Amino acid sequence: MSKDQQKLQIPDINRKNRPGDSSDASLGPDPEVRPAPATAKKETLFTPKKGRRLRVNRYIFFTCLLTFVCFGCLIGYLVKFTVVDSPGLIVNPYNKRNSQLDSRNIRGQINSADGMILAYTDVDEDGNEDRVYEKGELFSHVLGYCSDEHGKSGLEAACNFSLLTSHQSIISQMKNDLKGKKSNGDSVVTTLDYRLQSAAYNALEEYLGDSGKGTIVAIEPKTGKVRAMVSMPDFDPNEIDDYWASFHEEDRSGDASPLMNRALSGLYPPGSTYKLLTALEYMNENPAGYKNFTYDCQGETIVNSVKIHCYKEKAHGEENLTEAFANSCNTAFVNLAAKFDKKKFAALNKRFLFNQQIDFDLLVSKSHFHLNADSPDSDLPQTVIGQGDTLMTPFHNALIMCAIANGGSLMKPQLVDHIVSYGGDEDQRTVSTTKAKSLGRLTSGPNAATLQKMLRKVVTDGTGTALDNEDYQVAGKTGSAENSKDKAHSWFVGYSGGDDPDLVVCVLIENVGTGSAYAAPAARQVFDCYYENDMKAVYNPN
Amino acid sequence: MPNLDNIPNLDFMSKLPDLSFISSGSNYIIVIMCVIYAFSSFTVFLPSSRKRQVKRMDRQELFVFIFHFICYGVLLLQTKEFVVIPLYLAQALFFKMLIFIYQHVYPECSRIMMNHMCFLLLISFVMLTRLSMEKAIKQFVIVVVASLVALIIPVFVEKAYWLKKLRWFYGLAGLLLLSTVFIIGTTKNGSTNWISLGSFAFQPSEFVKISYVFFIAAMLERAESFKQILYTAIFCAGHVIVLILERDLGGALLYFVVFVFMCYVSTGRLIYLFGGVGAGAVAGRLAYQFFGHVRTRFTAWINPWPYIDEQGYQITQSLFAIGTGGWFGLGLAHGRPGDIPVVESDFIFSAITEEFGVFFAICLILIYLSLFLHFITIATDSVDRFYKLLAYGFSMTFIFQVFLSVGGVIKFIPSTGVTLPLISYGGSSVVSTLIIFAIMQGIFVLTYRIDDQEEGEAYVERPAEAADPRYQPQKPAR
Repeated sequence: MSKDQQKLQIPDINRKNRPGDSSDASLGPDPEVRPAPATAKKETLFTPKKGRRLRVNRYIFFTCLLTFVCFGCLIGYLVKFTVVDSPGLIVNPYNKRNSQLDSRNIRGQINSADGMILAYTDVDEDGNEDRVYEKGELFSHVLGYCSDEHGKSGLEAACNFSLLTSHQSIISQMKNDLKGKKSNGDSVVTTLDYRLQSAAYNALEEYLGDSGKGTIVAIEPKTGKVRAMVSMPDFDPNEIDDYWASFHEEDRSGDASPLMNRALSGLYPPGSTYKLLTALEYMNENPAGYKNFTYDCQGETIVNSVKIHCYKEKAHGEENLTEAFANSCNTAFVNLAAKFDKKKFAALNKRFLFNQQIDFDLLVSKSHFHLNADSPDSDLPQTVIGQGDTLMTPFHNALIMCAIANGGSLMKPQLVDHIVSYGGDEDQRTVSTTKAKSLGRLTSGPNAATLQKMLRKVVTDGTGTALDNEDYQVAGKTGSAENSKDKAHSWFVGYSGGDDPDLVVCVLIENVGTGSAYAAPAARQVFDCYYENDMKAVYNPN
Repeated sequence: MPNLDNIPNLDFMSKLPDLSFISSGSNYIIVIMCVIYAFSSFTVFLPSSRKRQVKRMDRQELFVFIFHFICYGVLLLQTKEFVVIPLYLAQALFFKMLIFIYQHVYPECSRIMMNHMCFLLLISFVMLTRLSMEKAIKQFVIVVVASLVALIIPVFVEKAYWLKKLRWFYGLAGLLLLSTVFIIGTTKNGSTNWISLGSFAFQPSEFVKISYVFFIAAMLERAESFKQILYTAIFCAGHVIVLILERDLGGALLYFVVFVFMCYVSTGRLIYLFGGVGAGAVAGRLAYQFFGHVRTRFTAWINPWPYIDEQGYQITQSLFAIGTGGWFGLGLAHGRPGDIPVVESDFIFSAITEEFGVFFAICLILIYLSLFLHFITIATDSVDRFYKLLAYGFSMTFIFQVFLSVGGVIKFIPSTGVTLPLISYGGSSVVSTLIIFAIMQGIFVLTYRIDDQEEGEAYVERPAEAADPRYQPQKPAR
């Protein structure tokens, strides 16, 4: 810039004495303005500068500099937009260029973490493309479908841009262009494990009951990697176009809605699994006294003018907090929660992601928690035992367990492990890898450790004994959520591995019965699969 | 020249394999060439020998025509339309001819300005051919007629020294012409700033821009008292208010800013600059309060994503185009610029960025800036205060219009619906810019002719100083 400055100022020096350069010189021949000097003496802020003080070229230079600064900002903004903002923006479905990408590249593969091909595009001799889902229904919801007529869902929609972008070498892309062939899009390697997904699928099918609806989610608490996600009823993504009409016929599916991923979109009362947060709130409000809590359960109680009874009105007798939790004793919990500070309680729920959008590759429904500082006390008893108006997704419940198992801090859940370019082992290169990211600390380490002990007690002495075994250590909580139908929703959410947590499993089966009889044994099959195949050595080595 | 032009039918083209790689490969060549061009458009300002300057100019001209050739080659392969070939030949011939004529009619004309003007116009023709053949041809015809007619303007500027005496005429005529829109105006894209006479429609605000700058320059040339500035301000406010009533917000802003800057430069009082910014802010706030379309534009700027289907549609589509294009673009005729409403006029910058890439777009901005710098040097070197202010006024009009247009489509500032000079489709816009360029050529010739004479005198009187390079006014090459 200094060069410009020098240059622009030179004429000023050079032409100081030239006619016409300064205003008074140009005034010369004009007699009209002659009387001006009288007023010119009264110089105000608004009157033009005159004579030698009026250095027009200097002002021009100044405004020129101002313009350059503005344009510098403009270019800076454009660069920032291209580097930072645009990768997140252009995947928007309103950007029709995404759909045009498939005229340039063939949709890439989706693979499982253990190397199975889950979805690929088959191209026949005439260049017709067909999306093939090798494992059929097994991965239906989480992979989603990809149809010209009916759009995309699941990972097919979330990773659309990556699948249709090619990172093959420039030379092979040019070769393809010359031959008039499309290049191959990148492959998405998911965190899902085929064996664990199969185990979860079989377990859910076995314990599904009459309603035919349920879901299982398995997440690694230390990394947030989702290892299995099954929802029933399901569909075959290979034949989505053929069955599309029947999915929407009321008489066949009714409320079955097979396209819905119940793990992410199903909102259920959490039942007794919610007692985890009730216990935590009690510990927060009585940090000194919670260890001395005792209650004599008679099977029924009235708190804040609401009558609450234990399951089948069973009297549990004298019990402390850990025992009450293990027995899933409703009367003990409504009594200890009778005087909760509702403002703090609502804040705790907010911190545990109720009413919040969960940051995940796929869309997760917001869980509902209704209490606030002004709610009546009579809302407390139902809420603290997970009934009332509280609704949550099984995925959310699994994330809460992840945080507790992980010592209080929650890792961002992830489905995409990494993205690789198409090709054999030599050509293939990693385009991007998802890094493990913390979503923050939800509760303190000592509190999480106390809750871990209570959860362990549930499996050794309480409602979760179906999971007690010699080979690995499980801790968790069962739940039987009452709802408008006669049979309860069966919940289990828990983790294995003790202090070095391996896997969190959350099971929900609709309208089947108690958590201990259905969800817990289903979860056991998933844990068994994990340890029988020695996945710990691969996924969580020490 | 490819020997495709003597092949009668192009059926063989469909039998060729897909040659899309040619256009993706050509994109890199175009970007590299444009980077060199943009770089050289600044290095010409550095002092150097006349021989080297001429060499630079020749190279720039060559690059312009190579760019044109490559782009039309790609367009031919992509569209497989025969009409591209005669259009290409006509354009190449015309520009070669125009440069030739200028160099012979005005041997002292600015070659920098000629090169940049040709480059910008050719970018425009390439983009318009890609977007709509019909509009490209129409625009080409307008440019041919306008630039031939504009050939007389530099002579006129030179001879007609009495032009500055017509100060009140400019103000009144401009205001009247602007106001005719209320009587025989038509509405296009939400603004009532068009006049249709039969099949012929034009935008008076584009032409009044010129008389407006003439008016301010003539008024402030001998600005002596606050009263005179006040009179000027009242007339300028009249122009701005008429434009606001026509809902031409970009135009109103442009007129306002040009007045404020010219006022500051001619008086040397910063208060006019700050006062202008303050008044502008207050006026903007009031406009937001009272005009629905101002609110719409503003919300679409702050966060267009919730209104992606409604008022945010245009800007988000523009951002998609720029973002998807990335650094090197999708390749000519490989994008979807058609998704953006009014892409060929106000949003043509997004289309260029989408297909040629962000690097090219930045180079384009730099070329505009170097043109601006060239205009500014003309203003600073001009001896006569009227021509000085005139040149300054036109340079501000030109660059601020670029700023509004580019800033609007990349969401840096709210979109104001201003055309990109010389590139956007639109007869009025391109004709008025060509007139401005011709006037600048006239002032250029005038400025540096006087210079030559004085230099000769100076050489006799002060040989020591004249020999000192520090005192040598740096003359742009011709």
